[in-house]
Amino acid sequence: MPILWLTVIVLALAALGYVIGRRRALASGDGRIRNLHSLPSYYGSYVAMMTGVPAISLMLLWLLAQPFWVNSAVLADLPVSAVADGSSSSLVMSDVRRLADGLDRAVAQGVMTEADIDAMGSDLSGIRTRLGNVGVALGSDVSTDILTSAQDYRTKAATGRLVMSILVLAVAIVGFGWAYQRTHKDFRARNVVERGIRYVLIAAACIAILTTIGIVLSLVFNAIAFFRVYPASDFFFSLTWSPSFGGGSELGILPLLWGTFYISIIALLVAVPIGLFSAIYLAEYAGPKVRGVAKPLLEVLAGIPTIVYGLFALLTVGPFLLGIFGPDGVGWMQAGTAVITAGLVMGIMLIPFVSSLSDDIINAVPQALRDGSYGLGATKSETIRQVILPAALPGIVGAILLAASRAIGETMIVVLGAGAAARLDLNPFEAMTTVTAKIVSQLTGDADFSSPEALVAFALGMTLFIVTLGLNVFALYIVRKYREQYE
Amino acid sequence: MTDASMPTATGTPERKVKSLTEIDARTAKRNAAEKRFKLYGMAAVVTGLLFLVMLVTAILTNGLPAFKRAVVEVEFTLTQDQFDAAESKLLKTAEYNTLFITALSETLRERGIDREFDAAAVDRLLGSVGGTIRAFYRENPDQIDQPVAFELAASSRVDRYLKGTFGRDDVTEEGNRFFINADFDLVDDMRDAGLIRSAFNWVFLTGVDTGVDNPGGAGIGASVLGSFLMMFVVLILALPIGVAASIYLEEFAPKNRFTDLIEVNISNLAAVPSIVFGILGLAVFIQFMHLPQSAPLVGGLVLTLMTLPTIIISTRASLKAVPPSIRGAALGIGASKMQTVFHHVLPLAMPGILTGTIIGLAQALGETAPLLLIGMVGFVARYPDSFVGGLEGPNSAMPAQIYNWAARSDAVFTEKAWGGIIVLLVFLLAMNLVAILLRRKFERRW
Amino acid sequence: MYDAPQVTKQETAVTDVKIQASDVQVYYGGNHAIKDVSVAIDDKTVTAFIGPSGCGKSTFLRCLNRMNDTIDICRVTGDIRIDGEDIYDKRVDPVQLRAKVGMVFQKPNPFPKSIYDNIAYGPRIHGMARNKAELDEIVEKALRRGAIWDEVKDRLDAPGTGLSGGQQQRLCIARAVATEPEVLLMDEPCSALDPIATAQVEELIDELRQNYAVVIVTHSMQQAARVSQKTAFFHLGNLVEYDDTSKIFTNPEDSRTESYITGRIG
Repeated sequence: MPILWLTVIVLALAALGYVIGRRRALASGDGRIRNLHSLPSYYGSYVAMMTGVPAISLMLLWLLAQPFWVNSAVLADLPVSAVADGSSSSLVMSDVRRLADGLDRAVAQGVMTEADIDAMGSDLSGIRTRLGNVGVALGSDVSTDILTSAQDYRTKAATGRLVMSILVLAVAIVGFGWAYQRTHKDFRARNVVERGIRYVLIAAACIAILTTIGIVLSLVFNAIAFFRVYPASDFFFSLTWSPSFGGGSELGILPLLWGTFYISIIALLVAVPIGLFSAIYLAEYAGPKVRGVAKPLLEVLAGIPTIVYGLFALLTVGPFLLGIFGPDGVGWMQAGTAVITAGLVMGIMLIPFVSSLSDDIINAVPQALRDGSYGLGATKSETIRQVILPAALPGIVGAILLAASRAIGETMIVVLGAGAAARLDLNPFEAMTTVTAKIVSQLTGDADFSSPEALVAFALGMTLFIVTLGLNVFALYIVRKYREQYE
Repeated sequence: MTDASMPTATGTPERKVKSLTEIDARTAKRNAAEKRFKLYGMAAVVTGLLFLVMLVTAILTNGLPAFKRAVVEVEFTLTQDQFDAAESKLLKTAEYNTLFITALSETLRERGIDREFDAAAVDRLLGSVGGTIRAFYRENPDQIDQPVAFELAASSRVDRYLKGTFGRDDVTEEGNRFFINADFDLVDDMRDAGLIRSAFNWVFLTGVDTGVDNPGGAGIGASVLGSFLMMFVVLILALPIGVAASIYLEEFAPKNRFTDLIEVNISNLAAVPSIVFGILGLAVFIQFMHLPQSAPLVGGLVLTLMTLPTIIISTRASLKAVPPSIRGAALGIGASKMQTVFHHVLPLAMPGILTGTIIGLAQALGETAPLLLIGMVGFVARYPDSFVGGLEGPNSAMPAQIYNWAARSDAVFTEKAWGGIIVLLVFLLAMNLVAILLRRKFERRW
Repeated sequence: MYDAPQVTKQETAVTDVKIQASDVQVYYGGNHAIKDVSVAIDDKTVTAFIGPSGCGKSTFLRCLNRMNDTIDICRVTGDIRIDGEDIYDKRVDPVQLRAKVGMVFQKPNPFPKSIYDNIAYGPRIHGMARNKAELDEIVEKALRRGAIWDEVKDRLDAPGTGLSGGQQQRLCIARAVATEPEVLLMDEPCSALDPIATAQVEELIDELRQNYAVVIVTHSMQQAARVSQKTAFFHLGNLVEYDDTSKIFTNPEDSRTESYITGRIG
């Protein structure tokens, strides 16, 4: 673990810097803290900061950039013969990387030595099993070309690491020296350190932006790659979804969108009435005792992981519904996994979501409106239906939209409960599938990442992202407007 | 104001005076509507709670059996001669097997049951008994010539037969390599003889995933470790980054477009479907940065990004709850802004921050979908050999393991999946309990 | 136009008692908020409840149409009769009671609906109109009685929340009047209004006296003197003195009343 060691060395240098910097500052002030501009610990922190931060940042940047450099360098040297027919250079490169990785691991675990690898030169038969023993599965047998490239890869990577280590250490030492030399009783160490901390804080806050950028870029780039190999019009308007990894897939999103919306609508049909009426009852009717028990219990439903709901759908609700609507009952249902199963369970999951949001919103309606209505001789239910709900309507609509966005983005329940067939059908007892479920199935198979069958997942993901983002932004806007109205 | 005194001033209501104690028909109808409405509300609450009860019942009834398994207890004495003889044979374990069969049939006979069975039956019902016994004596040679009570785990089919989820109807006349009809009689006999009892299934908690040939031996231990490794990554990344970001936004950030951009980003990220974070992890960490697939390190990174908005939102709320007078007091005696925040505001907000972090972690612990995309659903049949190896090497996580089991056809794995859910929920419950206690203990009213 | 009513030119008309309260006690949880209050409120009269804040005058007012029922921890004992009927009788439906005893609140609280729907709300829930024409008539009549008809007749579909504070309060009074109550309770109806709006509402109150028993809670002694014929002075949950307004303000019997009137307590 040279990186680990490098980090440890840099950190040790920084710690040393803290001690020495502190001491030097104190010495320059004749050992009296009063003579210093800042507390001694700030001088120490200054030296430590200047030693550690640039060096570690350089290391992180280098680690991020090095794979590109090595990749393109090796790719340039890749012999033409290594790329077999029907394969692509990126595919071969991933083999090369995996092999190089495996060799590294084998050496690290002492299963092989460098000499062993060099000696293998012509005899490649055993390499697959030997790497298999250290837990590296190679997809196909290794050719000499690939082994050469892998060795090339390893050499270049090792050189890169070496250069990086030297540079990082140099930066750390230079930073140390520079900071140490500036450490003096009149130096405004606190201000500099605080400015440094401030930059760290800003960097942390920027991670949110970076995450969004990361999401958007990874979706956009791969979606563009997909639309290059598959026509966008077919993707958006074709009525068939039938991927086949042998090629000739039809990848129309419409059946998936239909499944998504159908399941979401059923979920909302379950969650909205139950959630809304629960919220009304808990906010307007229930005494503090009932509220104190029922509200947290309902919210337990929100804390249960979705995998649990998925299992509940697959193994409990599905068979239960099949017993009623299946061949032994009414005969409408063929299998336990169906739109109704997933929708029902998703609805259960969303009940607390709707109820706690609505509860907040109903409670935000001013008491004066209730008093006004009661004062006119309205009953509670008349007040709720004719005064409170109309007043709370925008907020409740916002809550329902948020719930809808949850339903559309939900994955595990539909993966386990809705079935796998993409269908454009109105029968809720049929199995259908959704955008999220297909993202999972297209990306967890063994498909090559450059095939349209895998890339389609990114186009699906982008659609999902845009739809849910739109819903969220709109819903949050409505809710905020509503809150402002009563503030 | 003249209109007010116009015709209406004299026109008194012509409604005749009614007694208040007589409820008129309309009021009665309205009161009935009121009652109905209230009933709907109550029904909604009860339905919601009913769903909760159903869910919990399903989990407990299906999952608790996973924590029990049938063991066959046979007392066995091996003489030194037998040991030497067996060790000199070529097929040593087979020899021990034979010895065990003799001991078992004798025990049965002592309890008045006479039954013939062969080594294959023992193999089907109890697995490789010979190996177990041999290993025991080779390790504890002092136990030779002593009576030793062996507790042998019965196969999963025996287990399910005794639990009532597997029966004679499930096996064809000639049976299969896992079970034949005659085995039922032998199990019945052993049960009647009191040799079979139910024991706590430690293997389920400590074991690793197994293949279809040994579904009963599958355990959730390795994936619990995988989950812990991920939570470790999430904790050491998300807590400092989240707190740092919140401090900046709450205490230092100027009100400008850049700050607005960050805030909008955070609130939107909180609502992005988890699967999208999986896509991000796959594209950025695995395809782009070439981090190892299926590794808890990558899982932890993805979950960190997912949890950050939650932590930031709750941390900001706790920072906001610290009254401005505290800041004023510190600034007033000449502390810098940074000192004020780190010496006074942050310590006071810490309980709230920790509570929010624990809740964020609990959320991350139960998350499944992004893990599927970064390949954490592989078959993980061993524990990692070191901490770093555990972070980098392929591993699973509790929810992913549960998903994996649920997708298999063998009913034993289904039971394991439910059992896994109980383990997962126990962890979540514990985390939420800690969060609640923290909140109770340190809750301040300013 | 009317002259502003003066305390002095008070004609004590022949009136009969509308509300008779005897030995009323109110508890908020463990807090004894109203102690032993007995009072007889006359029909077609404006009765003012005055007293320092927290003296229980609003609480007592809210007992008269059982608005306190909506507060869980509030408990009322004693006897309150309207037209001789005990309003706390088990057989009395508070919904019917409140139709008979309307209420106007401190802060104008129009519903977030149109002006028309605000007024029509009460008549609709009480089923007072058989058809749209009748409802229109009721709405117009109420708005006229609320002295706001001229200001809103062209924009009945506009939201009630868009009116000015004084207009909103008159709208709320019109809303209360629309259900044709016999008693109107007003809980500091002018405290959120500017002086001009206050004057308009006070004028309206004086007019309403011709048809209703009006009970008004106010913290302004001048207002009590201007609009009421009878005044009750509350202090620490007790009814200290109850008499003709002119008597209370010129010649109070109790020293506490005098202190309050002259500004020494309050």
